[in-house]
Amino acid sequence: MTKTEDKALKDKAPLGKVIVITSGKGGVGKTTSAAAISAALAKRGHKTVVIDFDVGLRNLDMIMGCERRVVFDFINVIQGEARLKQALIKDKRLDTLSILPTSQTRDKDALTQDGVEKVLNELKEEFDYIVCDSPAGIERGAQLAMYFADEAVVVTNPEVSSVRDSDRVLGLLSSKTKRAETGGDEVKAQVLLTRHDQRRIDAGEMMTIEDVLEILAVPLLGVIPESPAVLRASNVGTPVVLDEPSAASRAYEDAVARLLGEEVEMRIGNEKRPGLFGRIFGRSA
Amino acid sequence: MSLFGFSLKPRRPKTAQTAKDRLQILLAHERSGSSQVPDYLPKLQQDILEVIRKYMTIAEDDVDIRVEHKDDISSLEINIEMPTPEQKKSGAQTSKPAKS
Ligand SMILES: Nc1ncnc2c1ncn2[C@@H]1O[C@H](COP(=O)(O)OP(=O)(O)O)[C@@H](O)[C@H]1O
Ligand SMILES: [Mg+2]
Repeated sequence: MTKTEDKALKDKAPLGKVIVITSGKGGVGKTTSAAAISAALAKRGHKTVVIDFDVGLRNLDMIMGCERRVVFDFINVIQGEARLKQALIKDKRLDTLSILPTSQTRDKDALTQDGVEKVLNELKEEFDYIVCDSPAGIERGAQLAMYFADEAVVVTNPEVSSVRDSDRVLGLLSSKTKRAETGGDEVKAQVLLTRHDQRRIDAGEMMTIEDVLEILAVPLLGVIPESPAVLRASNVGTPVVLDEPSAASRAYEDAVARLLGEEVEMRIGNEKRPGLFGRIFGRSA
Repeated sequence: MSLFGFSLKPRRPKTAQTAKDRLQILLAHERSGSSQVPDYLPKLQQDILEVIRKYMTIAEDDVDIRVEHKDDISSLEINIEMPTPEQKKSGAQTSKPAKS
């Protein structure tokens, strides 16, 4: 993104778009993806905040590398114990990025729908993108994380229980969200296939991308390869797109470009797979 | 995985040690109960606000409390924004409604 576009972004009123990163199943890469997507958006000059909805199991702060700077959290703000601006942590690497950590000591009952809505509305006045890192499951915490979403990134691994849970979550997105309940435009849901391992797919041990998309029947946002760069980045508390370039970081950058409406050819790792993806685009178009 | 141009650069030092160090610092802090700091912080902030208000007019937003952890020292930082003569009357003109 160029300097002039950067400046133009700053002068505009914030977009205020809410994107939930969800999955049903745990351990599929939601927090990794929330960190990478929000950092990639911020890197492009969009004012972005990433919120940890996983109350009681705070982890986003570790992945973002700001765990020692948490004083107040999302729950303190909801309960009126702190102001939003006191709880927001400004990223030290990107001035367009902020983190709203969650509470480590309370439980998910501390979240209320009214409270979440108030916080989101306040954030919409300042940020272009509000990325919500959902907890696993389909209970209250996960439902509140998706309730006010405009768009959803459904993080899925090419594996039976993950695909099944993603299907469940897609059902909730089209029925248990504000957009669904008020009859407005549907939440725009896209699948982000993560921990993709071409060798295991080639060996016939893992479902292919086509298999997964055929079952879920929603558009594909991107394919993130299983990559040692993800562990490395989490060790040092850096979102993978702000760490040294890797197949995973490029895949996240491409996914974010698509999230912003750009047309970017799908590739797995460094390889382009026009044959395969030509067919996928044919199907989902 | 295949070789990319940048993978020819020397690898950075091992990151597992960084992970361990970060966790040890964080968990020592959480287990010691000093993680309860955020629990009394909101009340502390309210009390400070009340005391300050005996002497000057300030908004709720003007008191900012932060905790910084550096190695084995934690410090509490309290910032109070004092009203300047011109500011005294003009409240916040931003779009954010200041509900109490
Ligand atoms: N693309 C990937 N390659 C390798 N490991 C990954 C990848 N994505 C996620 N992981 C690892 O999987 C684990 C779970 O990821 P996380 O983002 O915490 O999932 P969730 O938030 O869905 O529970 C972490 O150990 C993370 O490092
Ligand atoms: Mg998580």
